[in-house]
Amino acid sequence: MKRIYQHIEQITGPVVMLRAKGIAYGELARIRLGDGATSYAQTIKLRDDQVTLQVFAGSKGVSTGDEVEFLGHQVELMYAAESILGRTFSGVGEPIDGRPPVQDAEKVEIGGPSFNPARRIVPTRMIQTGIPMIDMFNSLVESQKLPIFSVAGEPYNPLLARIALQAEADVIIVGGMGLKYDDYLFFRDKLAPNKERTIMFIHTASDPVVECIMVPDMALAAAERYATANRRVLVLLTDMTAFSDAMKEVAVAMEQIPANRGYPGDLYSQLAARYEKAVDIEGSGSITILAVTTMPGDDVTHPVPDNTGYITEGQFYLKNGVIDPFGSLSRLKQIVNKRTREDHAPLMNAMIQLYDSCRKVRQQQSMGFSISDFDQKLLAYGEEFERRMMDLEVNLPLQKQLDLGWEILANHFTPQQAALSHRLIEAYWPKSRIVAA
Amino acid sequence: MSKSNAVVVGVNGNMVSARFTGNVRMNAVAYIALPAPAGQDVVRLKAEIIRVRGEECDMQVFEDTRGIRIGDPVEITEHLLAIELGPGLLGMVYDGLGNPLEELAQKTGFFLKRGTYLPTLARDRKWHFKPCAHVGDKLQAGHGLGTVPEGVFTHRIMVPFGLVGAGEVLEVAPAGEYPVDHPIGKVRSLATGRTHEVSMMQIWPVKKPITAYAERLLPSRPLTTRIRIVDTFFPVAEGGTACIPGPFGSGKTVFQQSVSRYADADVVIVAACGERAGEVVETLREFPELVDPRTGRSLMERTIIICNTSSMPVAAREASVYTAVTMAEYYRQMGLRVLVLADSTSRWAQALREMSGRLEEIPGEEAFPAYLGSLIAAFYERGGIVRLADPNLGAAQGSTTIIGTVSPAGGNFEEPVTQSTLAVVGCFLGLTYARSYAKRFPAISPLDSWSKYLDSLKPALEELYAPGWVAEVRALQRFYREGQRIGDQMKVVGEEELSVDELVHFLKSELFDAVFLQQNAYDEVDAGPSTVRTAFALKLARSVLEHDFGFVSKDQARERLLDLTSAMRNWNLAADGSPEYERFLSEIRGALLPRDGAGRKNSPSNVSTARKIQS
Repeated sequence: MKRIYQHIEQITGPVVMLRAKGIAYGELARIRLGDGATSYAQTIKLRDDQVTLQVFAGSKGVSTGDEVEFLGHQVELMYAAESILGRTFSGVGEPIDGRPPVQDAEKVEIGGPSFNPARRIVPTRMIQTGIPMIDMFNSLVESQKLPIFSVAGEPYNPLLARIALQAEADVIIVGGMGLKYDDYLFFRDKLAPNKERTIMFIHTASDPVVECIMVPDMALAAAERYATANRRVLVLLTDMTAFSDAMKEVAVAMEQIPANRGYPGDLYSQLAARYEKAVDIEGSGSITILAVTTMPGDDVTHPVPDNTGYITEGQFYLKNGVIDPFGSLSRLKQIVNKRTREDHAPLMNAMIQLYDSCRKVRQQQSMGFSISDFDQKLLAYGEEFERRMMDLEVNLPLQKQLDLGWEILANHFTPQQAALSHRLIEAYWPKSRIVAA
Repeated sequence: MSKSNAVVVGVNGNMVSARFTGNVRMNAVAYIALPAPAGQDVVRLKAEIIRVRGEECDMQVFEDTRGIRIGDPVEITEHLLAIELGPGLLGMVYDGLGNPLEELAQKTGFFLKRGTYLPTLARDRKWHFKPCAHVGDKLQAGHGLGTVPEGVFTHRIMVPFGLVGAGEVLEVAPAGEYPVDHPIGKVRSLATGRTHEVSMMQIWPVKKPITAYAERLLPSRPLTTRIRIVDTFFPVAEGGTACIPGPFGSGKTVFQQSVSRYADADVVIVAACGERAGEVVETLREFPELVDPRTGRSLMERTIIICNTSSMPVAAREASVYTAVTMAEYYRQMGLRVLVLADSTSRWAQALREMSGRLEEIPGEEAFPAYLGSLIAAFYERGGIVRLADPNLGAAQGSTTIIGTVSPAGGNFEEPVTQSTLAVVGCFLGLTYARSYAKRFPAISPLDSWSKYLDSLKPALEELYAPGWVAEVRALQRFYREGQRIGDQMKVVGEEELSVDELVHFLKSELFDAVFLQQNAYDEVDAGPSTVRTAFALKLARSVLEHDFGFVSKDQARERLLDLTSAMRNWNLAADGSPEYERFLSEIRGALLPRDGAGRKNSPSNVSTARKIQS
């Protein structure tokens, strides 16, 4: 069967059309561009002998006479459990770390079928990150999918890098979409000490937009292989808004009718197909997903964060350089918090309530109201809480985080003011600090 | 198996076009055969015809379409998209097309392999059939031929719903053990003269309502959910419809799980349509362990889960709500009260939108198809209470109640799915961010929600709760609304501008909210109080609201009502007849004693106990 064609009939955006026979839907093709470079392309529409291709490198400079070769297979990930660790790939799975292609790789189709819901189990284990605002206040649970809602300019990539370095996981897979080149270099250097358990799939802002769409699929296909081989995998994606924007771009080029603010009508399904790869497999490993979603204009009702919120199991809000304890929520935290330490949940609630009171006092203060002695205590507590717990630089194991919580409370309040049960006060209140009420 | 009568001419996402010969039926099922690699079986992908133009038809494929080529053979069947109905549905977990997921897992492992279809009803299981019809009987569709015990129910084996006019029973099998597909009788149609072989199983097209009943009736009884705010303020009628719109994080899932657990229905069908798989798993793992208080059996025995989660193929998502409601109509035919929980109808509507886009139809608002409204209306119309056709059953009734959740984009209720739904349902339970942020669960807005059933069910409600019930509920709604209005006013003008009486009214409305409208879904007792207890709690709350405490200062009012709130919340958590129940009740009653003039009657020791218990 003829596999090479030399006449492209139509070029629109990153999409080209030519006439060919016997092509499978989704099949991968290679286009040899005039200047000797090549680009991959994927079949996204078939109509009689008209084949529509999505060109990964974009159509810039594509000539109607360029040679198109169909490869007879779908987009694939070159997987080799040990030798892809520490490597960096592009969105189409080619090495970009200057090292040779992966040897003895197994070809894995990406975007594979859905996990059977009847084989899912209720997760029970928590993933410690060393970050108090996560571990103590909104614990990350194995197999959970959580977005980090953030506005541009927040340190979401440094946060992800910290998590990649500190989190308890066997394999960390970083999927970068629309990254600034500087951010890519930052990830590369920052994660270098942890190379042996890290894999990166990177699409930078200057790379072709279509490659951006492949990044989560590549990362998750690899994650699925590790998870079914009894590894605990943490997938870190940044930024899913760039991914959605890339889909929008292709949909518009395909003349699809946009649904909401120009995004395609299947945005929810597309995001869900990726996030739902998060899974805890009975008797084997797991996939946990943390994904940055930047909110254009700090608007959580923007289609990307909005659809994401319906899919994920909670969210972290990154605001003013810290994880905001109020909007953030881990829906699965109850499952694990009762297994960590008996004081975990009550202490967390007490600290948050006091911090909420502190915020209210700050508002009153800023409006010129006079404040009481207790309000002064709240202000001092809030300051210490922010400095010693909320700061993203803090890195402590959970037990130490809880102890620190008690210490901070005791620095400012009497046991009565902390409103914790008598039993817990007896057991955990720092002994030196018991003051008569 | 019929042979191929069409070939693929186009593929666009999950829409495949084929050129056919002969005739095709709209909405018929077709199978696309994928060329198999050497040594493997041909993969057949199920699809449904959704448009016919000339010699070409467009099909939505219920699977991933990668690998399909132009020229691949397509086998178009005569049948519409249908499911098998018969004994053995209860307790099962199916995908949107009726494939049993547990059995699929045994066959294909962790992942759902495309093109694998299994019968909805297990063929290797035998059921004890007991005939009730006799040879020579003239029966109609929906009349009983016999019965089969299924769990706690008597499952009726009926004359096929598709039979037009009367039919004469030619043969009935004797009592005995048969598998579902074994013939158990023959019925000859008097209209056509054709003889139909009948088994315990029927195949019914999901998009067609089952109408083999005598008549549809006006809903006249409430369906108790054991959620106080719903059962009192916004009751749902048995055979009625309700919708629950809410932004993400407003507690739709927890609410829905509570209803599926406590609702006073015989059968509950949960359609997890395009939502998280994790939520289904909680139901899947918990329900078999939970005991249904009404039957003493596992809760799973009355539950069917249709699970087409967000990552499963989108066309099957569209089918899943119909699969659920068809099963509901089937059990309704047995005189059972069936509840369908569709979560979420927005994902279903999005599936329609995706397909409409592929068909290049002219879009309506937010690119939803123009026929969205009529499809939503037709779906909710499948709810209803009916009198059964079988004269042997007297005036027996069966019902299908539909509660659908809606996930409006950005939490904005103005969007098309919410608006189309509100136009057709009888009850609107609006979840709000404001209440969920304030941790007031269930976050159903007491001010914005409504139910058309409160008045229409008046006789039944007053029989169930108390005479004068509806007037009492209306009075409470007005009291609460006025209290909240004062609260809003206070936010603007400050507390200083309010009189003590006004502040007390506001505080009392807050108390009522805290101790009655809010409910702790995680507490064993508070999650599902009986109707008796709810009626009592309402009376108790009412007596608090009406009591003249004679507060002399705002601080005193605040402090005392807070103490009372705490006692009443603790009472909510105390099991019927427990010492705590009595203690908190007497504490509440103590606070309501006639005043001794000084306005003090609550002993300080009582107050401190209440605080202790709460912390």
